[in-house]
Amino acid sequence: MLKTFHIGGIHPPENKLSAGQKITQLNLPKQVIIPLAQHIGAPASVTVRKGDEVKVGTLLAKANGYVSANIHSSVSGKINKVDSAFDTSGYSHTAIYIDVEGDVWEDYIDRSDTLIKDKLMTPQQIIDKIADAGIVGLGGAAFPTHVKLYPPPECWATVLIINAAECEPYLTSDHALMMEKGEEIMSGINLLMSATRVGEALIGIENNKQDAIRHMQQLAKEYRGIKVVPLKTKYPQGGEKQLIEALIHRQVKSGELPISVGAVVQNVGTAFAVYEAVMKRKPLIERVVTVTGKDVARPSNFLVRIGTPISQLIEAAGGLPANTGKIVSGGPMMGRGLTGTEIPVVKGTSGVLLLPEKDAKRKPARDCIRCAKCIDVCPMGINPTALMTATEFSNWEAAEQNHITDCIECGSCAYICPANRPLTDYLRMGKRKVMGIIKSRKA
Amino acid sequence: MNNLYMAPSPHIHSGDSIGRNMYGVLLALVPAFFVSLYYFGLGALIVTAVSVASCVLFEYLIQKYLMKEESTVGDGSAILTGVLLAFNLPSNLPVWIVILGAFVAIGIGKMSFGGLGRNIFNPALVGRVFLLISFPAQMTTWPVPEVMSMNYTDVETGATILTLLKEGSGDLPSYAQMLLGNRGGSLGEVGAIALVLGLIFMLVRRIITWHIPVAVIGTVFLFTAILHAANPAFASPPVHLLSGGLLLGAGFMATDYVTSPMSRRGMLIYGVGIGLLTTVIRLFGSYPEGMSFAILIMNALTPLINTYVKPKRFGEK
Amino acid sequence: MILIAVISLGVIGAISAIFLYAASKKFEVYEDPRIGLVQEALPGANCGACGYPGCAGFAAACVNSNTMDGLFCPVGGADTMSKVSVILGKEADGSAEPMLAVVRCNGTCKARPKINRYDGARNCSIASALYAGETGCSYGCFGFGDCVTACAFDAIRINPETGLPEVNDENCTSCGLCVKACPRNIIEIRRKGPKSRRIYVSCVNMDKGGTARKACDNACIGCGKCAKECAFGAITLEYNLAYIDYTKCRLCRKCAPVCPTGAIHETNFPPRKEIKAPATNDTNKI
Repeated sequence: MLKTFHIGGIHPPENKLSAGQKITQLNLPKQVIIPLAQHIGAPASVTVRKGDEVKVGTLLAKANGYVSANIHSSVSGKINKVDSAFDTSGYSHTAIYIDVEGDVWEDYIDRSDTLIKDKLMTPQQIIDKIADAGIVGLGGAAFPTHVKLYPPPECWATVLIINAAECEPYLTSDHALMMEKGEEIMSGINLLMSATRVGEALIGIENNKQDAIRHMQQLAKEYRGIKVVPLKTKYPQGGEKQLIEALIHRQVKSGELPISVGAVVQNVGTAFAVYEAVMKRKPLIERVVTVTGKDVARPSNFLVRIGTPISQLIEAAGGLPANTGKIVSGGPMMGRGLTGTEIPVVKGTSGVLLLPEKDAKRKPARDCIRCAKCIDVCPMGINPTALMTATEFSNWEAAEQNHITDCIECGSCAYICPANRPLTDYLRMGKRKVMGIIKSRKA
Repeated sequence: MNNLYMAPSPHIHSGDSIGRNMYGVLLALVPAFFVSLYYFGLGALIVTAVSVASCVLFEYLIQKYLMKEESTVGDGSAILTGVLLAFNLPSNLPVWIVILGAFVAIGIGKMSFGGLGRNIFNPALVGRVFLLISFPAQMTTWPVPEVMSMNYTDVETGATILTLLKEGSGDLPSYAQMLLGNRGGSLGEVGAIALVLGLIFMLVRRIITWHIPVAVIGTVFLFTAILHAANPAFASPPVHLLSGGLLLGAGFMATDYVTSPMSRRGMLIYGVGIGLLTTVIRLFGSYPEGMSFAILIMNALTPLINTYVKPKRFGEK
Repeated sequence: MILIAVISLGVIGAISAIFLYAASKKFEVYEDPRIGLVQEALPGANCGACGYPGCAGFAAACVNSNTMDGLFCPVGGADTMSKVSVILGKEADGSAEPMLAVVRCNGTCKARPKINRYDGARNCSIASALYAGETGCSYGCFGFGDCVTACAFDAIRINPETGLPEVNDENCTSCGLCVKACPRNIIEIRRKGPKSRRIYVSCVNMDKGGTARKACDNACIGCGKCAKECAFGAITLEYNLAYIDYTKCRLCRKCAPVCPTGAIHETNFPPRKEIKAPATNDTNKI
C-alpha cells in the first residue's frame, strides 16, 4: 500500500506531456521585466536607478521588512526604466525594465559545475545566505524561504519534508530537475536539515514518476537521514497539510502551522535553489518552467531567466496554438489565468499551460443536485456546496461556523461538480471575507 | 489575443455532468426492465413508456410555460423519475392513472419546489404514494407473472410475497423464483439479480457510494433476523430482502442525490432509519410494504441530518 | 357521559392555562414599550445604514440615549425622525440633507472594449480578486451586480445596454449597502441636490491619462481643465483623477463643457441654451 493522505482527493488525467524532456536553457531575451512583488509579503524596495549598469546577480531591490525577499538582476545590461508593469492579474505594479547587453556575471558567483557536498556552516549562516539570495518557495506560493526556516518560539522541528509530489497535472519542472540535478538537490536538502536542525528528511514523490523515485533513492543512500517515500498519485498531495499527513501520518489542526507537528515543508525546487545560493552563492535569477498543453508542438522544460516574457517561452515551445482559449501560469488546478503573453516569468512561475478553447470554456452552472461529490473529494473535509451557498448570500456567520477558513483552494470541488458550479470561486472569496472579519474582530 | 478566457482556478473539469449521472442510473435499470418485460410483457412496456413520456412532457411544459426558463429535460432526470415511478407501479395499471401519477410526481413532487435539486421528497415516490392512497384497489392488485404476456389490464392477478406474509396464507415462491423475478409485485421491483447487477454498475461507475444501500439492506437483514430468531412466525431475513421494493428502494430510490444526506455518516444514519422504518411498517403496520413511506419519512429528516451530521474535517479528532 | 367529557376537557384547559400563565410570568422579558412604537415608525428594512443592527437595534438606541444627536435613519429621512421624536419627546437630529447613491463609472460596452472573456462566477468580488477585468480599465465597473444583490430597496439595476448599474432616484435611500458591496469603490453617497440636480465625475480611473483613455473613451484623464474652471475650489485633482466635492460645488455647470472626454456628468438640469463646447455630455444619465 502506497502512502497518501486520507480525506478526499481526486485523480485528474495526468497529461505530463513534457515528462522526460531535458531541461534546456532558453535564449536571453532583449529586455527583461522584473517586478518588485514576486513573493508573498511586502514588495522589495528598489536600490538601482534608471541608466545603471547591472550584471547578472546585481542586487536590484532589497527585502522590505521581515516577510519579503531580495531581488537580483537575472541579466547584464542597462536599467531602462523603473515603471509600472502588468502582473498576472492585469493590475499594474512597479517593475524594473532592463535592456540586455551580453551576459556578464557578478564575480562572487561560482559558475563551475563542481558539486559541493559539505561545507561547515552554522544554521544562521545558511539562513542568511538563503535570505541574501532572495530564495522563495518555488512550488508556486512564493513564500520567502528564510522566514519559513525560523521556527516560531517554543517550537521544534523534528522532520524536514521535501515536496516533490508535483501533483498538478501537466507540470514536470520538478520531475526534470530531480532527474538532472539530483545530487545538488540532496546537498540542498542537507543544508536545509542543518538550517532547521533536524536529523530526518523525507522526500515525497508520487509514483507516476518512477524514474525519479529510483534515481533519488539511489542518491539518497549516500546521505544520512534522507529518505525517499513513493506516494500514491492523488491530487492535492502537494498541499502542505496533505503531504505531511501522507508522510508522517499526523494531521495539522485547523488554523495551525506545520511546525505544530514538528514538520517543515520545502519544495524540491527550493532545495535546489538553496544549494545554489549557499554553495555557489548564486541568487535566484533563473528557474525551470514547464511549457505545455495538448496542442503545443514541443512541450518542454526550460531553464528561464526571471523577467523573460512568457511569449518567448511559448515561441520556443513551437508557438501559440491557434485554438488556444486560455493561458495559465502554473498548473491547471491552482494556476492563474493570464490576459496576455507579455507578462514576465517570476520566481513563482512553475509552468505555462496553453489550454485549447474547448477545455478552457466552463459549462453553464446548474442548481446543486446535492450529490455530495464535492464533499467526498474535499481534502479538508468541509462542505463546499453549503459554503458556496453561505457565501452567495453573504451569510458570513454560517461560513465561519462551517470552517470556510480551512479551505486550501485546491479546486477539487469545482473540478468534480456535475452541475458545473463555481464552488472554488465562491469559497476563495468567502474565505478572504471571513478571514477579514475574524481579523477585524481580534483587532 | 483578445479572446482569451479568464476565470479563477481550477481550469479543468472532470467532465462529469448531471446527465452523465442520470443516464448512468438509467443504464443500471436496464436489466431490471428486461426482467419485467419478460415476466409482465406488454403491460410493463405500456406503463413504463406512458410514465416516462408524461414525466418528460410535464417537466418540459412546466419549465417552458410556468417557470419560463430554459428547459433541462435533456439531463435525463425526468426520464429517470418516469422510469422509477413506473417501476413502482403494477403492470396492469390503466394509462390514465399512470399519467396522473406522473403529473403528481413531476408537478408537485419536483417542479413546485423549483425543479431538480430543490425538491425535498423523491418525486417518483411522491407520485407513487399519491396513487397508492388515491387508488388503493388498482394499486394493490398485482398481475401474476406470465412469460411474455400480451395482455395489459385484463391479466390474471394474484398476491405479492408481502401480502401473503401479512395474511399468513398461501405458499411463498421459491428463492430461485424470487432471485429471478418470477413473483408478483411492482413491475420493476421483482428481478433481484438484475437490480443487484445495476447497483454494482452504479458503484463501479461511482455514481453512488455504498453507504445508503448497505445501511438499508444491512439494517433490514439484522432487524428481521433478530425478530425471526425471537419468533419464527416472522419471515426470515432473505425473504424480506428479496420481497417487495427493498432492493429497488435501497439501490435506486433512497440513493437519490437530491433527497438524501450529503455526509457519509449522515448517509449511514439515513439508511439505518429507512431500514428500521421499513421493517416496522412491514411487520407491525397495516400496509404490507413500507419502503416508500420509510424513504419519504427519511427524506423529510434529511435537512435535519445535514444540519447536525457534518463530514469529518481534516485535523479533527 | 357528556358531563365527564366536559369536566375532563375543562380540567385539561384549566391546567394548561395555569401552566401557560406561570411560564409567561417566569420567562417574561421586560421591554420598553416605546421600542416597539419607535420600531413601527421606522421603515423596517433592517439595512443597517444607521450603524445599528437592524431597525430594532436603532429603536432601542433611540429610546435608551438621552439625546438624539447622531441618531439618524437615512432611509426614512427627516420625516421618520420627526415621528420618532414625537414618540420619545426628544429633539430629533434633523440636520441631514437627502443623499443618494451615485455610480461613478461610465465605461459602457461601447466606450470600453473588451480584451478578454471572463468565464468565472458572475460576481464582482470574485472577479475583482482575480484580475483587472474584461477591459483595459482596472478601476471600472464589472457589471455583475453585487450592488444590485445588496440593495434592499430595488433602487439599483444593471442596464443591459450599457452593462452598468443605474440608480433609481425615487427608491434610493442612501443606506450605503451598495457602496459596501462594490469591490471597486465606484459608488459614492452624494448630496441628492435641489431638484435632484447633481454634478459629478463619473470615473474612478487613477491611471495616467493615456492609459485611461486607451481603456475607455469616457475616462477622466486627469487633465485638470475642470479644476481650473471651477471658481469655488470644489474640484481637486489627485492621482490623475478629478473629484468634485459636493459640499463646495454650487452647481454652476461651468466644469462640464470643458471636459474633453465627457467624464463630468450633470443630472436633471434643463438643457443648455447655447451649444458652444465641443464636449457632448450625456445628461440625465441616471
